[in-house]
Amino acid sequence: MNSTTTQAPAATLKTVIGLEVHAQVLTRSKMYCSCSADYANAEPNTHVCMVCLGLPGALPVMNQQAIETVIRTGLALNCEIPDYCKMDRKNYVYPDLPKGYQISQYDLPLCINGSLEITVDGVTRTAGITRVHIEEDTGRLVHDIAANEGLSLVDLNRSGVPLMEIVGEPDLTTPEEAREYLVALRRILRAIGASTGNMEEGAFRCDANISVRAEDGSFIGPKVEIKNMNSFRAVERALKYEEIRQREAVANGEELFQETRGWVDAQGITVSQRSKEAAHDYRYFPEPDLPPLHISRELVTSIADTVGELPVDRERRFAAELGLSGSDAALLNTERGIADFFEEAIAGNTSNGYPQQVANWLLNDVMGFARTRGMAADEFPINSGQLRELVNLVVGKQLTGTAAKTVLAELAVDESPSAAAERLNLLAMDDNGAVLDAAREAMAAQPAAVADFRSGKQAAIGRLMGETMKRTGGRANADDVRAALLSLLNEE
Amino acid sequence: MSLPDDLTLLTAAESRVALDNREISSVELTNAYLSRIEKVEPHIHAYLHLMTDMALSQANSADQRIESGDVSDLTGIPIALKDILCTTDAPTTAASKILEGYMSPYDATVVARLREQGAVFLGKTNTDEFAMGSSTENSAFGPTINPWGENRVPGGSSGGSAASVAAREATISLGSDTGGSIRQPAGFCSVVGLKPTYGRVSRFGLLPFASSLDQIGPFARTVEDAAIMLRSISGRDKMDSTSAPIDVPSFTEKFGADLKGVKIGVAKEYSVEGMEPGVDAAVKAALKQLEDLGAELIEVSLPHTEYALATYYITAPAEASANLARYDGVRFGNRIEGDDLIDTYKRTRGQGFGPEVKRRIMLGTYALSSGYYDAYYVKAQKVRTLIKQDFDAAFEQVDAIVAPTSPTVAFELGSRTNDPYAMYLADVFTIPANMAGIPGVSVPAGFSDGMPVGLQLLGKAFDESTLLGIAHAYEQAAGFYKELAEV
Ligand SMILES: [Zn+2]
Repeated sequence: MNSTTTQAPAATLKTVIGLEVHAQVLTRSKMYCSCSADYANAEPNTHVCMVCLGLPGALPVMNQQAIETVIRTGLALNCEIPDYCKMDRKNYVYPDLPKGYQISQYDLPLCINGSLEITVDGVTRTAGITRVHIEEDTGRLVHDIAANEGLSLVDLNRSGVPLMEIVGEPDLTTPEEAREYLVALRRILRAIGASTGNMEEGAFRCDANISVRAEDGSFIGPKVEIKNMNSFRAVERALKYEEIRQREAVANGEELFQETRGWVDAQGITVSQRSKEAAHDYRYFPEPDLPPLHISRELVTSIADTVGELPVDRERRFAAELGLSGSDAALLNTERGIADFFEEAIAGNTSNGYPQQVANWLLNDVMGFARTRGMAADEFPINSGQLRELVNLVVGKQLTGTAAKTVLAELAVDESPSAAAERLNLLAMDDNGAVLDAAREAMAAQPAAVADFRSGKQAAIGRLMGETMKRTGGRANADDVRAALLSLLNEE
Repeated sequence: MSLPDDLTLLTAAESRVALDNREISSVELTNAYLSRIEKVEPHIHAYLHLMTDMALSQANSADQRIESGDVSDLTGIPIALKDILCTTDAPTTAASKILEGYMSPYDATVVARLREQGAVFLGKTNTDEFAMGSSTENSAFGPTINPWGENRVPGGSSGGSAASVAAREATISLGSDTGGSIRQPAGFCSVVGLKPTYGRVSRFGLLPFASSLDQIGPFARTVEDAAIMLRSISGRDKMDSTSAPIDVPSFTEKFGADLKGVKIGVAKEYSVEGMEPGVDAAVKAALKQLEDLGAELIEVSLPHTEYALATYYITAPAEASANLARYDGVRFGNRIEGDDLIDTYKRTRGQGFGPEVKRRIMLGTYALSSGYYDAYYVKAQKVRTLIKQDFDAAFEQVDAIVAPTSPTVAFELGSRTNDPYAMYLADVFTIPANMAGIPGVSVPAGFSDGMPVGLQLLGKAFDESTLLGIAHAYEQAAGFYKELAEV
């Protein structure tokens, strides 16, 4: 264990953060066997075979889909894909690791030297990606001792699920940057279909390394690894806590250790997990059961063709070519599914203001409505064609905004919005006589407002408009109502 | 062909003819072996588990297949399997207490292929624990006795498989060879033992000792029988990524009467101090025999041979230390419950593994440890490459290389158990072929003071046909295969 007795340095301190992300690779089968990798909600130990149970004599077989997905990830992260890589055994003993070693990659990973663009407070910069390598997930221990007669149980459904480790350079300088790094990384993984990125389900996990050092290099603090962070927010909070802890230690001349600390979310603190044992010696050596991989340039090229437009590029295009506000372009690109839905809805109509109008409806109403129904971020209560028709009805003044919201709420599956509007009797009144009738009724009901207006209080027309709209059931256009009221008020 | 009274005297090839001509049935043949086993097994202890009922039922099915004309090379032929190959219908223990009674839920690929052919499984044979040893004395269930001498080891680790064929307790058997574990016991027991090219035979379902060296191969009384078994088990298996997608020939296509035009290398490095004079004499006689058959003997050099043993005893234990990590008592096998998880591990492995297995786990763990890895494991891999290059260069000049299988004949039981290094030396001539991944075969080459001597032939990768062609010509001319152990 390295410790550093610190002298409060004269120079200012800076924070150095590097993140290691483990993301489950989205594949049909596990990394080294044909068991289904979709183990969520499965009964324990039902997605297992001799290979992922680590039974005697079983051998691993490489999942080509996983290899290609990791290469796709590497390409999306601007990595180099070396011609040659190999698998290694990482040896350690724990009941969730059936073979007693994990098949991973040590010195020759699939992807190296990449970068990731992050934007914090409007400033965009790149953070380095050291490497992306492929490995396998472990099983899970069930420690519910009370329920299991004093036993810990092992569930190996997760054993052998493809996992990629994305190791970032220690390029990050603030907890906010660390959070943005994770947001940007997950957005890419989801956009290219490499991972669900679901942190709650453990499909996306993050460990952070943080240290402080003097700007002038006169002091370099030891690296502290933080574990047990289960959300982006937890990562940011843990790093903030740790940054302050380390800076205060330096200021107070206290000792800092190279150690692993666990984040305790409920208390908002990190706690040392250091044990007396020396650092793990994983005794890596080349996996003899799997031949080294020769990655052909043809394969890399063909995978590159599948990467598609990356979220950051799409976001820029939405702003530059579709005229969306920067924040809406960003919001639409938090999930590939949202951006796809949006582009389907505008159906190539880039005429002035139209995409923004579709974006407004999608981001404010459709997605708000989806949230109230508890739908996932990329699930929608209506299809893109329905949204397009709805917006077109509003643009064509056949539906008022209020009426359109009602249509949205009442729309049946696959029902056309105009049919629904008709069914609900919400189509805009294009009958001027009906609007005039409603205006007359409103004036009769609100004589005080009429008197106010006529005595010069122009604002009183608002009350009359509201009354008129109420009497039309929201089906009249505001402009028509105003015109009708003005003509009546002025003539009498 | 006139049939012998004792059907166990038939080779597999002869049995095939007799079965196909309906001169005998598989049930008769199997019963002959079961009687023979009953008679000699108390003296030999070749088997850990007999599969008597299964064997008779398989023999019955085989007879029906033969009746219907659905016949493969080994349909109805009684064979034995080293107890390191997974079988669903008999325990698979690797002769270790840690796996006592373990039933595999799946068949090894070779077992499945033989089952598909309609072969008859007589039982699972004894071995050094996890194939670690050269005498079968490291079996947790007692040693096997060499059929040629009741106080002699059969060699190892596949000693049970070698003895089962030598004592006519099986027509053919399967063993595994990591550093000589087929060839050395074959030499000690005067049978043919073949280690195929690495990648020729699927390792799926073979309990691994050293994954980059292990290869499954046959023991037989003749080279022809070994060829028949080899073609039955060879070929690409998608469950083993190290199995080669290379066509499987008959392996008998180069059988001929003489060796005219064949170049055989004699490596000066395959003569070590402490070599038994009787072994030396037998090998010299064999060289003469090969020349008489028309082969040209050419001296070749394999300069890195002397480092092979050391390289092997780093590489193999390193791989073994990881391969044996899964025996933790959590999911299968014996568990000795302790106070906590670590204590359970310690008790399970401490009591489950024998001393040689523990020694190799410790050796391998050490060789892979941080600070030693480069000096041991990495260096060993570099030397391994040099050993392979030695063979590549030699095979540019010659078709095969000839050498003794072992420096001595079978030693006495217990004589080397307290001297691991002396035990390791028994494999000094067989290890290089594993390091290079090339095929090697041991053929009976006479006797020294009444104990068998094996002649080893090494061939080019994936050219077992040439190797077996030479071995066959020598075997037929020398005739030692006709001499059978009297038990
Ligand atoms: Zn599986």
